Amino acid sequence: MITDPVPPRPRWTLPRPAGLRPSWLIVASLLLVLTVIAGVAFGPVSLPFGGVAAELANRILGTDFDTGLTAQQAAIVWKLRLPRVLLALLVGAMLALAGGCYQGVFRNPLADPMLLGVAAGAGLAATLFIVARTAGVPLPRGLLPLAAFVGAVLALAATYLLGAAGGRRRGTTTLILAGVAVSSFLSAVQTYIQQRNVDAITSVYSWLLGQLTVAGWAEVRLLLPYVVVTAALVLFRRRELDVLSVGDDEAAALGLHPRRSRLILLLAASLGTAAAVSVSGLIGFVGVVVPHIIRLLTGRSYRGILPLSLLSGASFLILADLAARTVAAPAELPIGVVTAFIGAPFFVLVMRTAKEAAP
Amino acid sequence: MTALTAAGVRVALGGVPVVRDVSFSVGDGEWLTVIGPNGAGKSTLLHAVAGLLPFTGDVRWHGDDPAGLHRRQRSRRVAVVPQHPVVPTGMSVFDYILLGRTPHLPFLGRESPADLSVVAAVCERLDLTGLAGRRLDTLSGGERQRVFLARALAQLSGAGRALLLLDEPTSALDIGHQQEVLELVDSLRRDGGLTVVSTMHELSVAGEYADRLLLLAAGEVVAAGPPAEVLTVPLLTRHYRANVMVVDTSAGPAVVPVRPGR
Repeated sequence: MITDPVPPRPRWTLPRPAGLRPSWLIVASLLLVLTVIAGVAFGPVSLPFGGVAAELANRILGTDFDTGLTAQQAAIVWKLRLPRVLLALLVGAMLALAGGCYQGVFRNPLADPMLLGVAAGAGLAATLFIVARTAGVPLPRGLLPLAAFVGAVLALAATYLLGAAGGRRRGTTTLILAGVAVSSFLSAVQTYIQQRNVDAITSVYSWLLGQLTVAGWAEVRLLLPYVVVTAALVLFRRRELDVLSVGDDEAAALGLHPRRSRLILLLAASLGTAAAVSVSGLIGFVGVVVPHIIRLLTGRSYRGILPLSLLSGASFLILADLAARTVAAPAELPIGVVTAFIGAPFFVLVMRTAKEAAP
Repeated sequence: MTALTAAGVRVALGGVPVVRDVSFSVGDGEWLTVIGPNGAGKSTLLHAVAGLLPFTGDVRWHGDDPAGLHRRQRSRRVAVVPQHPVVPTGMSVFDYILLGRTPHLPFLGRESPADLSVVAAVCERLDLTGLAGRRLDTLSGGERQRVFLARALAQLSGAGRALLLLDEPTSALDIGHQQEVLELVDSLRRDGGLTVVSTMHELSVAGEYADRLLLLAAGEVVAAGPPAEVLTVPLLTRHYRANVMVVDTSAGPAVVPVRPGR
């Protein structure tokens, strides 16, 4: 049997291998389409849902429906609402995908961008940037995302080097502890700098809480390449996360290069996180809540979790943004407040009601 | 044809020499069991010859230097069942066995119908069809051991000349399940193509199943040969610091521990 690679036809029904079920993919995609239309239609000025759907279909799919929208309403759709909704889509997709990816890399279902110091690094770099600008250093505002990105990557490198100091056969715990130490240190430095520069504190504060209010097509264009690169790198390699779930030693015995796989996945997820954070500020909970709910609903294979997290994270953040701009209208809540307000209780509820995921 | 040769193999873990100058060979289709007291370096030696630990010395798999093979080629020819495999939470038996096909998949690719058939055939061979849909973490120790074996077989299927390395395959099992698993390994070996190297603590059982034993102490080979030559009172007393009696039975030498002073 060992020598014969073509075994006889099985006489029993094979279980389906874990992975992405088409039915879940269809559900998640439909949900995303609906949330995009809802995100564009609802706001301080509500537009007809059907009209918005027809307008989007006409412009994207080239159909010729009668939208019934006035020129002014169409302008709201294209100039105001759609870029913002798309930015929420991209940021949510990235944060959820990165969260799911970190959870697989560290074999810890509660791992998220905060854990590795990625978010703290971006936050400190952005704070330094804002403080320097307030102090009169001539820095163009457009460089803020780049500064945050550099901070995130430096923090990740610090975490990785500290974690690697544990030696060749270290576990993932060392790396997580290093991440916690780096995060705490960077947050402490950031708090110190904020306290010393009270004049800049308001603008730092609003960036840190997360916002999509400044969203325009420029931000969408800025983020899109990072999203494409990150999504491609992570999604093409998602089976490796399932292999890594048996531990580095066994994964190596199965022909994987565990450290290289981890590093590539980690860099890709951090690139996506930093890019998302640099245009939207710190939006918490998406990376933990979305993959976790997906896991509880569809099973534990990362082949299913990651693509579904990408789609559902996008839907989740569009809905959160919708809530942020309608709940206290005409004022807007920072979206980070909304995600935490929805995310935290929902997270607890899901944990309590569904103790174990179905296989 | 020798399936595995090791010449002057040395392994150091964290700067401490654990395996010192070990040489042995295993014939094609043979079963060699490495015995020795705790800390003798059995498991380390097993992982070194599998190419999973850095070592100095020379190791050949059917004449090939594993260093000259790609990582995935190596994994198709040598499978290791560790003493305590990681059991991923919530993974089904079928998916777990399917992981064994990893070195056969194209880069970034997915399992083909042929890979699924291999897993189906392995399930049938190891009487796992009824458990294939179950979660691995809900199975008993004996059932799990069969699943671990199944993953290794799925990994080696299609390789031709394959090496199966088992690290303490029976340490978690009762005497009945020990026999069940070892009989299974033996019948798979007899089916052809498979050479087995294992480590074991149960000396009498080790002697019953292995063609030859290798007694390792403090990282060195102190005895090697057929069970009757290795399982002797002087060798076991000296290297295990144990008080034993060796009884010749129809099944081979049986090692009986005797309480000192009685």
